[in-house]
Amino acid sequence: MSRLEMSVPNNAQVVLERLYRDLEHRIESSTSGLCPIDMSKAFLELCHAQSCGKCVPCRVGLGQLKYMIRDILDGKGSLDTLALMEKTALNIIETADCAIGYEAANIIHRGLIAFRQDYEEHIKQGGCTCQYEQAVPCVSLCPAGVDIPGYIALVHEGRYQDAIRLIRKDNPFPTTCGFICEHPCEARCRRNMVDASVNIRGLKRMAADLAGEVLPPPCSESTGKRIAIVGGGPSGLSAAYYLQLMGHQVVVYEMLPKLGGMLRYGIPNYRLPKNRLDDDINVILATGVKVQYGVRIGKDVTIQSLREEYDAVLITIGASSDKKLGISGEEAEGVVSAVKFLRDVGEDVELDFTGQEVAVIGGGNVSMDAVRTAIRLGAKKVSIVYRRRVTDMTALKDEIEGAIAEGVEVQTLKAPKKIEVDEKGHLKGIWVTPQMVSKVENLRTTVRPTGDEDVFIPCNTLIVAIGQDIESEHFAEAGVPVKSGRIQAEKYGGFDYIPGVFAGGDCATGPASVVKAIAAAKVVAANIDEYLGYNHSISCDVKVPENDFSNRTRLGRVSMTEREVGTRIHDFDGVENGMTEEEGKQEASRCLRCDHFGYGVFKGGRESLW
Amino acid sequence: MVNLEIDNIKVSVPEESTIIEAAESAGILIPSLCYLKEINEIGACRVCVVEIEGKDKLVTSCNNKVANGMVIYTNSPKVRKHRKTIVEMILSQHDSNCVTCVRCGNCSLQKLANELNIINVPYEQEFERRPWNKKFPLIRDSSKCIKCMRCIQVCDKVQSVKVWDVVGTGSRVSVGISGNCKIEQADCALCGQCVTHCPVGALRERDDTEKVWNAIDAKDKVVVVQVAPAVRAAWGEELGLSREEATMGKIVDALRRIGFNYVFDTVFSADLTIMEEGTEFVGRFKNNKTKKMPMFTSCCPGWIRFCKAKFPHLVPQLSTAKSPQQMFGAVMKTYFANKIGVKPENICTVSIMPCIAKKGESNMELYFEEYAGHDVDLVLTTRELNRMIKTAHIDPNTLKDAECDELMKDGSGAGVIFGATGGVMEAALRSVYFLITKKNPEPDAFRIVRSSRETKGWLSAEIDIGVITVKAAVVNGLGNARKLIEALEKGEVHYDFVEVMACPGGCVGGGGQPIHDGEELAALRGKTLYCLDSNAPIRFSHENQDVGRLYKEYFEAPLSKKSHLLLHTNHNNWDM
Repeated sequence: MSRLEMSVPNNAQVVLERLYRDLEHRIESSTSGLCPIDMSKAFLELCHAQSCGKCVPCRVGLGQLKYMIRDILDGKGSLDTLALMEKTALNIIETADCAIGYEAANIIHRGLIAFRQDYEEHIKQGGCTCQYEQAVPCVSLCPAGVDIPGYIALVHEGRYQDAIRLIRKDNPFPTTCGFICEHPCEARCRRNMVDASVNIRGLKRMAADLAGEVLPPPCSESTGKRIAIVGGGPSGLSAAYYLQLMGHQVVVYEMLPKLGGMLRYGIPNYRLPKNRLDDDINVILATGVKVQYGVRIGKDVTIQSLREEYDAVLITIGASSDKKLGISGEEAEGVVSAVKFLRDVGEDVELDFTGQEVAVIGGGNVSMDAVRTAIRLGAKKVSIVYRRRVTDMTALKDEIEGAIAEGVEVQTLKAPKKIEVDEKGHLKGIWVTPQMVSKVENLRTTVRPTGDEDVFIPCNTLIVAIGQDIESEHFAEAGVPVKSGRIQAEKYGGFDYIPGVFAGGDCATGPASVVKAIAAAKVVAANIDEYLGYNHSISCDVKVPENDFSNRTRLGRVSMTEREVGTRIHDFDGVENGMTEEEGKQEASRCLRCDHFGYGVFKGGRESLW
Repeated sequence: MVNLEIDNIKVSVPEESTIIEAAESAGILIPSLCYLKEINEIGACRVCVVEIEGKDKLVTSCNNKVANGMVIYTNSPKVRKHRKTIVEMILSQHDSNCVTCVRCGNCSLQKLANELNIINVPYEQEFERRPWNKKFPLIRDSSKCIKCMRCIQVCDKVQSVKVWDVVGTGSRVSVGISGNCKIEQADCALCGQCVTHCPVGALRERDDTEKVWNAIDAKDKVVVVQVAPAVRAAWGEELGLSREEATMGKIVDALRRIGFNYVFDTVFSADLTIMEEGTEFVGRFKNNKTKKMPMFTSCCPGWIRFCKAKFPHLVPQLSTAKSPQQMFGAVMKTYFANKIGVKPENICTVSIMPCIAKKGESNMELYFEEYAGHDVDLVLTTRELNRMIKTAHIDPNTLKDAECDELMKDGSGAGVIFGATGGVMEAALRSVYFLITKKNPEPDAFRIVRSSRETKGWLSAEIDIGVITVKAAVVNGLGNARKLIEALEKGEVHYDFVEVMACPGGCVGGGGQPIHDGEELAALRGKTLYCLDSNAPIRFSHENQDVGRLYKEYFEAPLSKKSHLLLHTNHNNWDM
C-alpha cells in the first residue's frame, strides 16, 4: 500500500467532463422565446444536483423552490407561492454556506423580479405567452433575415449563382458580407449541439468567390416615382437596390468620389478588397440606380429642396464624424481620428509611418482596423491603449488576435489622461492613468485607478477610435428630429410629422454593423414603397434543394486560413484565404437544415418574400 | 419520374412526391397521426417514420421527398419497434378512457394502437388537465390531445381565423387559445373544422342529446324537429348505409321512432329564406346599394361570426334575413303553434344541423309579443343525431321512407342545394330571375355558380337577368372569404351578391358532419344534393306551395312588417 496515489480520472469522470462541455454547447445554442420559468426550474435542478447537501438551506431550500416553481407551472400556484418563494430565496442567499447555495438562490431571486409578469401569467392564465421564436436560429439572428439554410444547400450542390441570387433577396451585399459580416447567425447555430457552429460567413464568401458575375433580377414595371437617397453607404445602396427593383427611380447623393461609405472608406482593403466591394456595388447600379457624386447635404443641396423635387427622401448618411476624447492636447498635430485616418487610406492619400511609433485609443473593431493599417504603413511600433482588459474589448475576437499576431502591443488598463504636446504644437505622447479591475455592474466589469502614478507612452501619431457620431446640424435645422447624435426616426423608418422623409442605418441607430444597415434598408424600402401607394414584394425564384438524409456524424468546423503574417503586413491585400471547394462542400454538409427539421417545418421555416 | 424501391417493390412516382405518397401508390399504407395532406406536414408524431437504407436515423415519410435509387423499408424491425414505442409514448399522455369517448370506434390513435398490438403502456401515464367552459358549443379535452397541431393548422391555413396556437415550451407545450385568452374571447367562428380534423376525441361539439331526450320525455312539451339539407347527404356514413339507402325519408322515420312529435325538413324554410333574401337583394340592387359593396348571404352562422369579429364594418352588408334554421324556429313558434293550438312556450324546437356554429346561433335571446326565448331551443349535429339513433337501438336497416308532417311539408330542389357551396346563390338566382322577369328560367340555368372545395379563392359569375346583369361571387372556407373581402376592399373586384359558407365545400363539409380521418367528402356529399335537386318535383323556392300558404295566411308578403319582425334580424344585436 503506497502512502500517496496519482489520481487518474475514471471513465465516469471522463464522460461527466464531456457532459459539462455538451451542456455549455447546449446553452450556447439555446433559443430565445423559451419559458423563463421552465428554464429557471431546469437550471435550479442542475444547481441542486451540484449541492454537497451538507447545509439545510441549500439541501432543502433549493428543493422547496423547485417544488414551488413546479406548482406554478402546473397551474397550482398562487401569489402566496410567489411570496414564499421570495422569502425562501432570500433565506438561502443570506444563510447558505457556499456559493453553490447562495448563487443558485440569487438566480431564482433575480428571476422573481425580472420574470414577475411571466410568473403571474402562469398563475392567472395557467400558461405563459412565451413562444418558440427561433424556428431557424441562424435566420432569426440574421438582422437581414437571409435564407441561410437555403443558400447553404445551394452551395452544397455547387449552385453558387443561385446561392448569390437567394442571398440578394434579403441582402444585396453578398460578397461584402462574405468578407466582413459579423455573422451573428453563427452564435446559436444548432450544430453547436453536435460539435460546433457552421462557418456560415465562410460559405457565403465561397459562393461569392465562385459564382462569377450574377446579374440582378429585372425591375418591376416603372412606377414613375422618384426617390432621393442621401448617402451611398450600405444602407443607402441596399435601399436603392430594392426600391429600384420595385420599379421606382432612385438617385443616390454621395459626398465622396466613390460609393460604399464605411465599406470603402472605413474598412481597410486587407479585410475587404475594394475590387470585391465593387462587385456588389456594380450589381446594385446595374438595376438602374443613378448617382450624383460629390454632393454634400446641407451645403450643395438641402433636405427641403430634395423633398420638393422627389416623391420620397431617404437619409442614410451613416455615422462618419468622430467622437472626441475630451482631454487636453487633442487638437495637436499628430492626433487624428480613426475615421479620418482610415478614410485617408481609403482615398489613397500617401501616408508613410516608417520608423514611427503609433498609439491607438479604443478597443473596438475600428481600433483594430487602425492598428493593423498603421502596421502596414510601416510603423516601427503600434500600441492599442485601452482602459479595460482584452476580454472587455468590443472588437471581434478574430480581429484582436489578428492584430496581436501582426505585432501590435496591447496596453490594457490604461486610461488616457492628457496628451503631451511640444512647443511647436506637435504630439509627443500620451499620459495614461493605470487602472485595476473593480466591481461587475450590469455584466460589465468596471475599472478604477490603482493610485499609481500616470505613465507616459511616447508616440508620433495618436489615433482616436472611441466611436462615431453623425453630422446632424443640417437635419436639425431642417426640422428632422435629432437627439444624442442620432436621427430619431420611428420604428418604420419615417417621421410622423414629416411625410415622405425616411432615415435608416447608422445615422438612425448609431454605429452598427453592415448587416444591420442592410436590415434597416429593407424596412425603409418596404415602407417607402407603401408610402408611395404600392405593395411590391421582393422574392427569388430559386428553388431551395430538398434536405438530404446524410448521417449527421460529428465533423469539425472548417476555419478559414490567413496569409502568413510576415508577408501580409507589407501590403494591403486580403488577409483571409477563402475555403477550397472541397472544404466548402464538406462545411455545407454540416448544416442541420433547421428549415426542414424541427419547428421550422411547422412555423417560421422560410419567408419566401417580403 | 423518380424510381425507387419500397419494401422490395419497385416504384416509379412523379418528382416531388413524398415517401408516404409513393408508398401509397404501391399499395403500402404507412400509418400516421398528425399528417394532413398539404395542411399539416410537420412530422410531429413520428408515427410515419421509415428506414432508408444506409441512413442511421429514421425519416418521416409525410414530409420528406423521394429521390432516385432510394431503398425504403416501411416495416423493418427497426421501424416497427420504434413506431410502437412512439405510440406508447403518445398513449402515456392520452387519456385512453375509450368507452366514454365520442370518437370511440372512429379514433385514429385507437385504431393504430390496436394495429400495433399495444396491450400495455410501459410508461407512467400523466394527462394534462386544463379547465374548459363546458357550456361553449366547442369542447376541448386537453387530456385527450396528442398535440398533432392539426387544429392549429386548419384554423390558420384553411380558415385564417387563428383561434388555436402552440402554448408553452418544452415538456409543457400544448395547444391553447391564441393570445392566452379564453375560447369565449377568441372570436372563434365555430366552424368546427378543427373538430372534423382532430384524429382523436380532444375536440368535439357540446353534446346536447340529453337535453333533447329530456324534452321528448317531458309530458307537456311538443317537440318539433327540423333537419338541414346537408344532413341527408352524410348521416348514413356512420350507420353503415350507402348513399342511395340513406334517404331523408329514413331520417324522418328515425326521428319519429325516437319520439319527436313533428318532423320537418329545413328545405321548407330554405325556400322561405330565398323569398325574403331574394326580395331583399332585388331591393338593394335596384336602389344601387350594391354598387360599392355587395350584399352577403346570412345563412351561415360561422360566416356571420367571422364577419362580426374580423370585419365588423361589413355587418350592414349582410342580408338581414335570418338563416333557414332560425326562420323555421320562428314559424314553428308562431304560425305552426297557432295551427296546432299549442302555446309557443310548450313547443320545444330542435334542429339537426351539419354544423357547430348553429348551436351558437340558436343561443340568440329574443323577446317578441308572440313568444320569448329562442327561435330554436336545441341544436344537434349530424353526429349527435346518429348517436341518438344508436341510443334508441334503432337498426338502420329497418328504417323506411316516411314523409314530413303537414303544413310545412313542401320543399324545392333549390332549398336542398343550400347544403352545398354555391347552392344558396343558385337557389336565390332562380327566384330573383322570376321576381324580375315574372317568368321561370331553366332550372339549371345558373349551374355556373356551383363551386367546390377545390375552387381556388372564389368563383365569380356575371348573370344576365332580362336587362340587368348581376355580378355574383361564391366562396367557401373562411380563408378564401378573407381573401375575397380584401380584394373587394382594395377595389380589385366588385360584386353585387356574394354567398359565403364558412366550411370548405359548404355545409356538406360542415363541422358537425361525420368524421373520416384523412378523407374530404364534401364534394361527394354535394353531388348527392345536386342529384336530389335535379330529380325534385319543384325546382324553384317561389313555387313552394306551403310557403305560399304561409305568406297568404300569416306573413302577407316577403319583407312585410311581420316578416321583418320575425324573419329578419339585426346582426349587431348579439354578442359573440
